[in-house]
Amino acid sequence: MDLDILTHTSGEWLRATGPDSDIVMSSRIRLARNLAEFPFPSRASDSVRSEVERLLRGEIAKSPAGKKLQYLQIDALETLDRQFLVERQLISRELSENHGQRGVGISPEENVSLMVNEEDHLRMQVLRSGFALDDCWRDIDAIDDAIESAVTYAFSEQLGYLTACPTNVGTGIRVSVLLHLPGLVMTKEIQKVFQALQKIGLAVRGLYGEGSQAMGDFYQISNQATLGKSEEQIIKTIKDVVPNILAYERKVRSTLVQENRQNLHDQVSRALGNLKHARQISSEETMHLLSSVRMGINLGLIHDLEIPTLNELFIHTQPAHLQKLRHERMETAERNAARADYIRQRLTVPPSAN
Amino acid sequence: MRVLLRERRTGMKKCGRCSKPAMLHITEIRHGEVQALHLCESCAKEYLNESEAGGPPSDEDLSSAEGAEAPESGESEDDDESPVCPHCGISFKEFRKQGRLGCPHDYTAFHDELMPLLENIHGETQHVGKVPKRAPKASQHQFRLIRLRNRLKAAVDEEMYEEAARLRDEIQNLEAEAGSPGAASQ
Repeated sequence: MDLDILTHTSGEWLRATGPDSDIVMSSRIRLARNLAEFPFPSRASDSVRSEVERLLRGEIAKSPAGKKLQYLQIDALETLDRQFLVERQLISRELSENHGQRGVGISPEENVSLMVNEEDHLRMQVLRSGFALDDCWRDIDAIDDAIESAVTYAFSEQLGYLTACPTNVGTGIRVSVLLHLPGLVMTKEIQKVFQALQKIGLAVRGLYGEGSQAMGDFYQISNQATLGKSEEQIIKTIKDVVPNILAYERKVRSTLVQENRQNLHDQVSRALGNLKHARQISSEETMHLLSSVRMGINLGLIHDLEIPTLNELFIHTQPAHLQKLRHERMETAERNAARADYIRQRLTVPPSAN
Repeated sequence: MRVLLRERRTGMKKCGRCSKPAMLHITEIRHGEVQALHLCESCAKEYLNESEAGGPPSDEDLSSAEGAEAPESGESEDDDESPVCPHCGISFKEFRKQGRLGCPHDYTAFHDELMPLLENIHGETQHVGKVPKRAPKASQHQFRLIRLRNRLKAAVDEEMYEEAARLRDEIQNLEAEAGSPGAASQ
């Protein structure tokens, strides 16, 4: 796969088309699986790693469940390309930074990614734009079945699918939704949401998962426990709670508009102004401003801009994307200037018909 | 369980540990208590290192289970007592240190040590989810029963008694089937 082709699109999770996509950016389900009789990647020798890779790469090549996948050998990619895939959420930071033979199978729509030799031998994930967990589950369950028909997974009657970290054992499932919650952040109500989620065993993380910063008011909500509940029960827990958070965010937004329309309008317009006219801008500030503008569009305070354009900016202004778009390597200061240029151009030229 | 959220922005706030301007704004939720911290770059680094140590996601779950034995660690004779997996050679102590197991057999080799840990992390110790289709018929059967009993419990909890009655019948049928000679020979 030529990674440069991907630079022209923004990928599944930023397509902004699914249900409730004004707040739910994307839905994702991942499954962790290991092959029986092989040590886990962190303890495997180079020869074992390559044997596992060869085996799973063979299964990926067979288009499991009819999913045509392109295989990328991660250890053969440059740092910039690996970073690029991390920014697109096609691979994890762990896979990018690991060592030894490892790879990923990616579908052309960028909604399926099967990682080989990550923390576990196989980490499969299916992604959908908007709130669409059932679709994710249907697809990933079928892919899992197809691969399982050819290999023997490490599985125990008592503990289910065996994983390198005991926190994933059982179903090996991580169900998550990526939410954009600027209203709850602005009103500081977000902490109540975190506490409520924690009480029902759900975790809140930043945009790029574990340990990442809560950039641009994006939060990932996912299950913690993986053992003792069925996949359907775990999915249901998230499916049941998300509508409450959406209602809360919408309520807070409409209160903000009613009580403070002028302030809010001022804030989102200034954010847009800064984006349109800045001459140098960091990716964090960009995220922060784009988040404001995104809310402005959703509240009808900003009219001359569309969500897909904005989503494209979210991804294209990140460091590796920017460098790939420019076909050159840049230091932070150069990137900040190039980023400002890119945003200015994208926001002042009317969007092309698409 | 702990949740850490970090946000980077410059503002008027001063670092809570020294007098430099605060750059990182950390929201920490630990056991339901919310704490907001405003720290400068270097204090934040120190703080995050202290509290995260770069470990796996649920470090705190792992370490809280570890707490009970912690005072004894560090003595060299413990190494001999720490069980070792005969397949991959990892000791339980090594697993503790890195948070990752060595191979699937560790779950058997360290069964007694892992169970309290799993109970602590998941609150349960019996899998009720998906089963590989290639699993032997007998265990497929066993799993259907486990899943049904799990659903029955949920139905009773949610006071869905019609559903519960239906599930109870299904379980009884399945149990009868398992007891019949025909099913056993499979």
